[in-house]
Amino acid sequence: MNDGPGNIVTFDNVGLRYGTDPEVLSDLSFNLFSGRFYFLTGASGAGKTSLLKLLYLAQRPSRGAIRMFGKDVITTPRDELPHFRRRLGVVFQNFRLVDHLSAFDNVALPLRVAGVREAELMRPVAEMLDWVGLTHRAHALPATLSGGEQQRVAIARAVIGRPDLLVADEPTGNVDPDMALKLLRLFEALNRLGTTVVVATHDAHLLQNVSDCLIMRLDKGRLHDPTGALRYPPRTDYKRTATQQAGDKT
Amino acid sequence: MMRPPPPERTQKTGRARFGGERAAVLVPRRHLSGPVPWVIAIMIALVVIAAAGGLALGNLAKTARGELSGAVTVQIIEANSALREEQAVIAAQLLAQDPAVESLRTVPQAELDELLEPWLGTAEAGNPVPIPALIDVQLRRAASEAEIARLQSLLKRGAPAARVDAQSHWLQPVYSALSAMQYLALTMIALLLLTSVAAVWLAARSSFANHRDTVEIVHLLGGTDKQIARIFQRSVAIDAMLGGIVGLALGAAASWLIARQFSGLESGMVSAGSLAPVDWFVIALIPLLGVGIAMLTARITVTSALRRML
Repeated sequence: MNDGPGNIVTFDNVGLRYGTDPEVLSDLSFNLFSGRFYFLTGASGAGKTSLLKLLYLAQRPSRGAIRMFGKDVITTPRDELPHFRRRLGVVFQNFRLVDHLSAFDNVALPLRVAGVREAELMRPVAEMLDWVGLTHRAHALPATLSGGEQQRVAIARAVIGRPDLLVADEPTGNVDPDMALKLLRLFEALNRLGTTVVVATHDAHLLQNVSDCLIMRLDKGRLHDPTGALRYPPRTDYKRTATQQAGDKT
Repeated sequence: MMRPPPPERTQKTGRARFGGERAAVLVPRRHLSGPVPWVIAIMIALVVIAAAGGLALGNLAKTARGELSGAVTVQIIEANSALREEQAVIAAQLLAQDPAVESLRTVPQAELDELLEPWLGTAEAGNPVPIPALIDVQLRRAASEAEIARLQSLLKRGAPAARVDAQSHWLQPVYSALSAMQYLALTMIALLLLTSVAAVWLAARSSFANHRDTVEIVHLLGGTDKQIARIFQRSVAIDAMLGGIVGLALGAAASWLIARQFSGLESGMVSAGSLAPVDWFVIALIPLLGVGIAMLTARITVTSALRRML
């Protein structure tokens, strides 16, 4: 599988197993295209989180090849992987905020890791907190934030570095429907600026709220392509019916 | 809320190192609250005492060797006191004419009697044991075996009862004992440093395990192994520095007290084993060595743990 125009991620016959257990992901071959919005759906245990771990480079596959931003990340030396990770934004399923850092410091963390000076990061972090409506909670510790607020801090942290690829694992799993919709609008806004977004969810209603989204469906570790999202070039006539079809199956 | 901030890529403009306080907050700690500074303090104190002992023994051996290297004793072993005195005078004359001899002194009989009084009693008590006459000789060069043989040959005709001995030969067992004690001090220092390394290794592993979740987050946000290792290195360095200062103070105080006790003996040999300023300078470097070893150990421990992550 070759890198096509606008293609930022390529999975080629990828499989993943933990230890000697059976494969949790099998024969995954697909491309993710720049500037697209993807939903990764599937029942619990289908392998969504495992696939996302491969995407945000927390796990190596047991077999197959993964190319990211034009480079083979499987054979890339370990010490070069941080450069790839800095082009990714990740919203973890359980937020994974650093407990003893304030909301501000959690959001600032990717910039500090990237070496941004303190004077230079104050404005973007403040703006990001304002964007997610948490300016008044900037100095609060995660433990004192509600689930929705923690989720928004996690999202702000994931997007502060303006990643090329944003990966979100069940980002609306712990919030009420109104907040879920607001968070989804945040991802859409970011996507409109050119960031490729991959959101794993089992919430069928979410899929119906994003126009022009592409859907990947995982079933027992194998990938299905109800919207033609994984073809090259991707189908353009998938929109509503395919989205609804995918929603019906989740 | 729906408008994201301007799309500037701030992360590409920065050049500030992710280190120091701004990285250290990721691994919060309370100085002196854990066992590591105290373990390091005890280890450094013991290393300081062992090093001070080793250096003092080295000084003692060096001084003794220097003083005795050219020292020779000539004994006139003759039972007849008249012959003994006559040969002592001749031997002294022959030696005084020898160009290798720097100085000599015939030990007076009264001094010999006084020296041997604890073992043989006083002359008034009717001591029947004949005491050899003694001549202390200081050579210009080391009293080698060839030199001793040459002097023996020189004295053979005029003072056949003369026996020439290098003083350093008598002290050879003492030198060997001093050398063994120096090696013992070195071994102790090596073992204490190994124990310190083990303590730091355990502490770094434990700290890494406690903060594993934070480390994983930083790792996934693009933190490099060096950046993460630096956080733990800094923490261990502060512990080691505090422990090192306390250990140095304890060890130096103990060494000073021991040295003071020994100086009370008023023995020339023991006072030769005092510490010179350069020795104290070497001892003052021990905590720095400890900090360096602790930082290196922490770095290796954390880096090897990170390698097990992707």
